[in-house]
Amino acid sequence: MKTVSSLLDQEWFARYQTISKLNIRSSIYDVTNRCNLRCKGCFFFSSGEDHAAKEEMDPEKWARFIDSEKERGVNLAILIGGEPTLCLDRVEMFNNRMPSYCATNGLIKVPRDRFPDMIVGISLWGDETDEKTLRGKDTFAVSSRNYEGDPYAYYLYTITPKQIGKTEQIIKKIRDIGLKVHMQLLSNDEAVDGFFWKKDELEGICAEMDAMLDAYPDTVISSKYYHKIITTGKMLGRSFGWAECPSVTESLDNRNPQPKRLIHFIRWASDLKTTHRCCTSATRDCSTCKDGAAHMSWVMVNKRAHMRSTEDLQNWIEVYEMFAKLYKFIPW
Amino acid sequence: MQQENQLQEMILSVAKILIDELRIEDVTPETFDPDINLVDEVGIDSMDLATVALVLQDEYRITIDEEDYPKLQSIRLIAEYILELLAMEA
Ligand code: SF4
Ligand code: SF4
Repeated sequence: MKTVSSLLDQEWFARYQTISKLNIRSSIYDVTNRCNLRCKGCFFFSSGEDHAAKEEMDPEKWARFIDSEKERGVNLAILIGGEPTLCLDRVEMFNNRMPSYCATNGLIKVPRDRFPDMIVGISLWGDETDEKTLRGKDTFAVSSRNYEGDPYAYYLYTITPKQIGKTEQIIKKIRDIGLKVHMQLLSNDEAVDGFFWKKDELEGICAEMDAMLDAYPDTVISSKYYHKIITTGKMLGRSFGWAECPSVTESLDNRNPQPKRLIHFIRWASDLKTTHRCCTSATRDCSTCKDGAAHMSWVMVNKRAHMRSTEDLQNWIEVYEMFAKLYKFIPW
Repeated sequence: MQQENQLQEMILSVAKILIDELRIEDVTPETFDPDINLVDEVGIDSMDLATVALVLQDEYRITIDEEDYPKLQSIRLIAEYILELLAMEA
């Protein structure tokens, strides 16, 4: 029988032991249905999720709901929307009760006196031109002013096919304001012309992401194995998609056979009753889904499958560490 | 002596369930070290444990509290835990 220590040297085994104890149980919450932007390709608005449920307005119901989520064993609240910073009181209720991560477009600054160490992930969809085309605004101009030097904020850089050959200038901009960056790929949910991925483009961007990680290891939080998996949709000879996706809401998961999945994962709508199919839009085609978190989780839940060889297990450790760093379960 | 036999039997039974449910290769219930750390060494995660717990619950008609999972670090500890639950119910 292959054991972990027979596959790893002491240094890797110590890294493995640190993460194997974490037992992260995340769920996702739509904090609000409203946003101060309307990006083309936003899965939330393009799939009509903003109308799926009426936003709960009673703070006491939010408080009770969050307590019951904690009871359910959730130890990482991933706050999305809409734009969570439009409802900072709700964000604060989560953050006071459990480790929380707030996704934002960065236009409103999370006040650090109220949220001293909450992790903030700022979305960025490319350079000025792409941002204006897709989001109607160069958000970096504002978000970089709001978060410059913030040790608990990083950019979540959604790379589009138009960014090939241009990622370095973005990474440098982020480095220059003292922030970190994690990269993911646009899924183009609203079929914006020119923003679909072609196979050769995916190969090109994989190589480019690898080069960015090599050149800017203090700025980029990523792993080459993750790059390979999000650009190919393949892991250990298996294909990503509905049958394998780990990020399906547990109560709606009627797949048979059940794949390895996130335990107790639910994505809740802002009425605190409705649940969404998965971590992203229910109208998205699973066979072309590029969701970064779902791909990362796909690796993470398949630990024993990565015990085929030293290299596979090291790849697994790097992806798990990347996830743990993004939510500050381990230091950057 | 009888207790020791009971424990040995339970260890073999838990090992068999682990091997069958998690499709662990190159090991038999007899060669599976009952003291090996299942998380640190065998690579078992909480979903694996939940899968195994379901089968154990059916097999022995017991309820395994999810909060007890962190205690169930080796085959011996799982076997002792089950025997304790069965003794309490008896
Ligand atoms: S900022 Fe985020 S939530 Fe708002 S429209 Fe853009 S992608 Fe959607
Ligand atoms: S759209 Fe993506 S994240 Fe959602 S179920 Fe399909 S593969 Fe999973």
